[in-house]
Amino acid sequence: MLTKSKASVSWFARKQTKELMFKLFAYIILLTGSCVFFLPFFWMISTSLKIDTQIFLFPPKWVPNPVKWQNYYEVLSNTPFLIWLRNTTYVTALNVLGVFLSCPLVAYSFARLEWRGRNVCFIILISTMMLPPQVTMVPVYLLFKMLGWVETFKPLYIRAFFGFPFYIFLLRQFFKTIPRELEEAAMIDGCTPYGIYWKIILPLVKPALATVIIFNFMASWNNFLGPLIYLHHPEMMTLALGLQYFEAAYEVDWSLLMGAAVMMTAPIIAVFFFFQKYFVRGIVLTGIKG
Amino acid sequence: MFASKLIHRQRKKRSKLFRERTTAGYLCALPWIIGFLIFTLGPMVVSIIISFEEYNILNPPRFVGSQNYVKLLTGDSLFWKSLYNTLYITVFGVPFGMVVGLLIALILNTKIKGITTFGTMFYLPAIVPIVASSLLWMWMYNPRFGLINFLLSQVGIEGPNWLSSKTWAKPAIIFMGLWGAGAGMIIYLAGLQGIPKQLYEAASIDGANWWRKFANITIPMLTPTIFFNMIMSIIVHFQIFTQAYIMTQGGPADSTLFYVFHLFNHAFRYFNMGYASALAWVLFIIILIATLIQFRLAPKWVHYGGE
Repeated sequence: MLTKSKASVSWFARKQTKELMFKLFAYIILLTGSCVFFLPFFWMISTSLKIDTQIFLFPPKWVPNPVKWQNYYEVLSNTPFLIWLRNTTYVTALNVLGVFLSCPLVAYSFARLEWRGRNVCFIILISTMMLPPQVTMVPVYLLFKMLGWVETFKPLYIRAFFGFPFYIFLLRQFFKTIPRELEEAAMIDGCTPYGIYWKIILPLVKPALATVIIFNFMASWNNFLGPLIYLHHPEMMTLALGLQYFEAAYEVDWSLLMGAAVMMTAPIIAVFFFFQKYFVRGIVLTGIKG
Repeated sequence: MFASKLIHRQRKKRSKLFRERTTAGYLCALPWIIGFLIFTLGPMVVSIIISFEEYNILNPPRFVGSQNYVKLLTGDSLFWKSLYNTLYITVFGVPFGMVVGLLIALILNTKIKGITTFGTMFYLPAIVPIVASSLLWMWMYNPRFGLINFLLSQVGIEGPNWLSSKTWAKPAIIFMGLWGAGAGMIIYLAGLQGIPKQLYEAASIDGANWWRKFANITIPMLTPTIFFNMIMSIIVHFQIFTQAYIMTQGGPADSTLFYVFHLFNHAFRYFNMGYASALAWVLFIIILIATLIQFRLAPKWVHYGGE
């Protein structure tokens, strides 16, 4: 009896040490790994605060001394950074507005309303998600050129108002998970499909809509190829294109370049921390149901 | 008599309701339908037509038959070069990215404190704007003052000229891509958390050790997620452009001239709209074939038993 309980105690203790060892091991790996992943961020911020003579040092100086905050001021005063920021904000805001107006409405139609050809249209919608954008890039450019929209912001946001297939697909998947009872009740009360959409569906899908809008915000903020094709005047550029232009013009002024990169990244990181839960949910929605 | 009238009226009401919903269906889908016609179907048709023409915007288009496609396959060494570069980056970049993402997800899938913070740390690089990360890594790869070569020198390795070396420019871009492996990691993590706990419990009762559980439960149950990530990753790698445009401009000696970069040059630098369209359709066919092969091979290793 006694020996048996002793054995079980030692077994338990062994299991506990084993678990402890495992946890310790996991922590060490996680700490090392996240340091490695954080290192480039650190290097970016550190460089952005260095004085010129400390940038080109070998071995490099990890922490800038003195800290030159003025680099950021120089980015703002030596480049049209604020104009680029305004342009990017303008394009991004219109993109978000367009997606908000179009995508949930189309998704509602695909998820809830019955009309002839709906299923065929949905299959087409899914197939267009697979189509590489390069296939339509040239004719769409010719179209915008014909309309006289090259060197304007219109080509960068107009398509949002017609809905993006990927977002429509995501929202439709989400709509399908919402129980129909509320809508049916509203329908019996004589509510039109538009009323149902505006008063019932839209408030219910806020979380999915938030995810889609965040995705769209990031895609629009980071878009490089679009501005590269349609915008050429420095005052008309967005941040993504402007930064590249700045790099080509200033070449090795790394502290200013890193400062500009930090300022372009900061809003994205802020959005991420504010809306973290929608982020993760959206990504999960993409991964599992896609 | 009364009852039949009521039914009739109800039917009429229902059919009116039905018609209303049908009209609403078309109206609500209209933005996408119009957008599809203007920005997808129309351009696809035009793109096919232009791909059989010579068109530089200044002069009216001229029909040249299959000349663009013939030139592409036989007369354009840069086409093959860019295809090779793209395949190179796909063949090495996709598996490395997947393994790194999966490893992080596996470690994060343990029940220890602070997991969310670690997850955020690994995920953040994936959302850095690609222009910003390209500039950052240009500086990291600086042969004399960059961080990478400094770290290498600490272990006694003399780092190469990374972005200005024909051999190292592509690996440099692949390695930089690993920094963004957090994007795949989150999807793996979701997949891992979707594996039913009972499977592990049953295996524990049967006395399976850690490795057996990993090899016989975790990996098979995760294959659909791995498959999804692989398809997406291949498509992304085939369309790689921005990094090369910013960091190397396709050089040195065209060693980072990727397919979409080559296409971009023809479309928006030389304004060979016809040739660029032919390149686009060949890219489409390549991606389509690659995806179809993946789906064909999938039943051999993707396990859908969980659902």
